Amino acid sequence: MKILVPVKRVVDYNVKVRVKSDGTGVDIANVKMSMNPFDEIAVEEAVRLKEAGVATEVVAVSCGVGACQETLRTAMAIGADRGILVETDAELQPLAVAKLLKAVCDKEQPQVVICGKQAIDDDANQTGQMLSALMGWPQATFASKVAVSAGKATVTREIDGGLETLEIALPAVVTTDLRLNEPRYATLPNIMKAKKKPLETIKPADLGVDVTPRLTTLKVVEPPKRSAGVMVADVAQLVDKLKNEAKVL
Amino acid sequence: MTVLVIAEHDNASLKGATLNTVTAASRLGGDIAVLVVGSAAGAVVEAAAKLAGVSKVLVADSAAFGDQSAENVAAQILAVVGASGASISHVLAPATTYGKNVLPRVAALLDVAQISEIVGIESADTFVRPIYAGNALATVKSADPVKVITVRTTAFEAAGDGGAATVEHVTPVADCGLSKLLGRELTKSARPELGAAKIIVSGGRGMGSGENYQAILAPLADKLGAALGASRAAVDAGYVPNDYQVGQTGKIVAPQLYLAVGISGAIQHLAGMKDSKVIVAINKDPEAPIFQVADYGLVADLFEAVPQLTAAV
Repeated sequence: MKILVPVKRVVDYNVKVRVKSDGTGVDIANVKMSMNPFDEIAVEEAVRLKEAGVATEVVAVSCGVGACQETLRTAMAIGADRGILVETDAELQPLAVAKLLKAVCDKEQPQVVICGKQAIDDDANQTGQMLSALMGWPQATFASKVAVSAGKATVTREIDGGLETLEIALPAVVTTDLRLNEPRYATLPNIMKAKKKPLETIKPADLGVDVTPRLTTLKVVEPPKRSAGVMVADVAQLVDKLKNEAKVL
Repeated sequence: MTVLVIAEHDNASLKGATLNTVTAASRLGGDIAVLVVGSAAGAVVEAAAKLAGVSKVLVADSAAFGDQSAENVAAQILAVVGASGASISHVLAPATTYGKNVLPRVAALLDVAQISEIVGIESADTFVRPIYAGNALATVKSADPVKVITVRTTAFEAAGDGGAATVEHVTPVADCGLSKLLGRELTKSARPELGAAKIIVSGGRGMGSGENYQAILAPLADKLGAALGASRAAVDAGYVPNDYQVGQTGKIVAPQLYLAVGISGAIQHLAGMKDSKVIVAINKDPEAPIFQVADYGLVADLFEAVPQLTAAV
């Protein structure tokens, strides 16, 4: 059984981004880039399924600029067997990525696609669900537990107020929540090994996909800052402020 | 022009998040229709029909909708949009785990972009949404014929009652049969839901253990009628269940009062609570970043300060 894992290159989660002064976007020149943390969880889950003998091959896919090769190498250092880069300098929005991934799925015929539930740059939380819909497959989003056997997957999902468990027929799309697993650190030997694993590069046009953005970003601004608060000396003063100044008690 | 709002419900009651979504819909102009996809959800339909500003409630009733799988609900929404003869200009759902699960399917099958978690509406095609954990706000314009949108509920007031919408039944779509619900384990609590609470008492790694969390924070929450929340660190440490998490990837909240206890204030946590009206931070570390967003900060040992606070309120 083949598992496909889409991975996105994003600004590292420790970086506090700055809005450009001209309001055209955020400044990502010279900042550290990493694999989207939810995608790392997705790669880890796929590799664990392979180690458990459930999956036979894990293929990582990334869509974007040439530097996404690094993200694919990271996925291969965790344990993915090979990588596919759909290379383009164009701005890619979730619908376009879902269409590119559909074209890759049509070619690769995976049984399971494991995606991160959202990327921490655009916070869209769309791509997995869109891919699932375009493929006509079932989906199990926000997974905190995944078991795969004999043509089906049993997935526990994190929903508002608790958990829900679904049984879905394969092929299917699963998206990962934060506590599905703790991704391993890639070891140096595995990082070296990953450099020799196959990495194929294709273009959106080769897949026959139009990636023209549907949304135009008119401006990007900083959110309003909270005005500086005051420090209180003790609990009595805090209660007084909350009752008489803020009037929230 | 009709704005279609997808009702979030459990077949028994209409979820509060739908009310905020109706308010967002009212800012777009046009008629508002609420779609209830469910099974024997009469009480939900009744509640939706009473909402101010709603002119029509569409009901798709089928035993197959009992579980409200994303596949079935999305298929029903598509059928309703298709049958409207292009009169539906917008499809809105709350940006809850329910709306986030369903709506991207609808957008993909309509071949349009989804605009996620809007916090502002500039015009019928231009919206404001947070990116990078709320560290930036993007204004985006959609060129698509139908705008598919999830709404950050904390950014819009809840719609009130006072409407008298007509109720219309639509033909339910066939069960996709792709997915089966095996069970739900919902956290049972007498406290208000995190998303709807006026006051939230939230604990972080500083609580030290799940026992401490319960012993120290629960009495305060009970006295204030507050919901309990947590930082990612507290959830990762196993102090509380996952659905307590407030932050970029957990719940986004904006209560009247947010009490952050033993929470340092990572940007991912701040992203989930910085729109609260009043923020109080109690932390023994005076350098903790949480104090930069707090209206009232108290540098103290939480194990002493919180019981004092519980006694004083």
